[in-house]
Amino acid sequence: MIPAKFEYKRASSVSEAISMLGEHGMDAKLVSGGHSLVPAMKLRMSRPEVLIDIKRIPGLDIITEEGNEIVIGANCTHTQVMRSELVQKDVNIVYQAVSRIGDIQIRNRGTIGGSLAHADPSSDYPAVVLACDAKIEVEGGNGKRSIDAKDFFLGIFTTALEEDEIITAVRFPKVANGTYFKFYQSASRFAVVGVAAVKEGDHVKVGVTGVAGTPYRATAVENAYSGNGDAAEHAVDGIDDIMSDHFADEEYRAHLAKVMVRKALEAVN
Amino acid sequence: MQISMTINGKEYSHDVEPRISLAQYLRENLDLTGTHIGCDTSGCGACTVHVDGAAAKACTLLAVQVDGSEITTIEGMANGKEMHPIQEAFKENHGLQCGFCTPGMVMTAADILKNNPNASEEEIRHGLEGNFCRCTGYHNIVKSIQHAAEKMNA
Repeated sequence: MIPAKFEYKRASSVSEAISMLGEHGMDAKLVSGGHSLVPAMKLRMSRPEVLIDIKRIPGLDIITEEGNEIVIGANCTHTQVMRSELVQKDVNIVYQAVSRIGDIQIRNRGTIGGSLAHADPSSDYPAVVLACDAKIEVEGGNGKRSIDAKDFFLGIFTTALEEDEIITAVRFPKVANGTYFKFYQSASRFAVVGVAAVKEGDHVKVGVTGVAGTPYRATAVENAYSGNGDAAEHAVDGIDDIMSDHFADEEYRAHLAKVMVRKALEAVN
Repeated sequence: MQISMTINGKEYSHDVEPRISLAQYLRENLDLTGTHIGCDTSGCGACTVHVDGAAAKACTLLAVQVDGSEITTIEGMANGKEMHPIQEAFKENHGLQCGFCTPGMVMTAADILKNNPNASEEEIRHGLEGNFCRCTGYHNIVKSIQHAAEKMNA
């Protein structure tokens, strides 16, 4: 399978990528690892006229500690994030999720920025950035801004990114007690249901991926939480776009969501 | 677009269309047909090669994306007529049946053992998540990799 024809451009800086996006608008797509985009292009589900490669932009592939936060550059591959001592120590929940993305080969190429921008409703990162209250740092024609994870995901493959915006980094507050549980599709390793839980004092924050078209914070669970797994009964309260496919129909997925939330709640106790 | 890369220690330069994958480039421009194309959508791992020392699925990389990189394919594993210990172990342990998945299995095995020379059986099985064997000969593939690790650590 060969993608439709496109023009390939390489950006050497964030500002160059933004001006290229400004020039080509909807006809352009950014690529870094390309592990979601390239297969979609081969299947002709995606036909960008211009592909802007941001992989070589210097400075976007570093992981730093800034006060009480760990900042992961958008071009960091999953392998790089997984091997980072800072990540393992201070946001171990990210390590838990990333080490179970896809397989070795995919983790060697796929990036945090690409995964978030693509916003596959079955990908792992959304649950984690939601539960951690991470901030997505972006830059575009109108300058820099920081988007709260809870405002970032708008629907299936849809985010709050403007046409000319590029993710530059993801900012995670350090997490002392967090866990990620996933029931995966056995071939692709995508999440049928993925649940991230972060406990702070007596409260818990729960992010859910794979269940609905839009990854969500299970606020009903958070409000009902009283220190054990029983609040998991509320895992899909108020969720009206539960997905149904050949991996899991709606009823099974809703049930699985409750089971996985319970496991996550019990693990952070 | 003009691209150059070092493949199995030799430098190559070609003018390719941006939409050509690394797997196609290897197979069709360079006749390195050991890199197999199975599912063609990054699921099966038959196309696994090493890009700058790390396993990657060549069907899901555009050749232009890895311009300037160092690539190792299955053809680059043996030292002349002397097989790589992983290849040797696959031969000795009946680690292949039809052989279609084998190049990818060997390349992924090399990545697993490079980063974890004493990988346990469980770690090897986990590491092979991205490689499918439709003959379902996983048992002997895992055994081959365990034997290769023993040889390489000896």
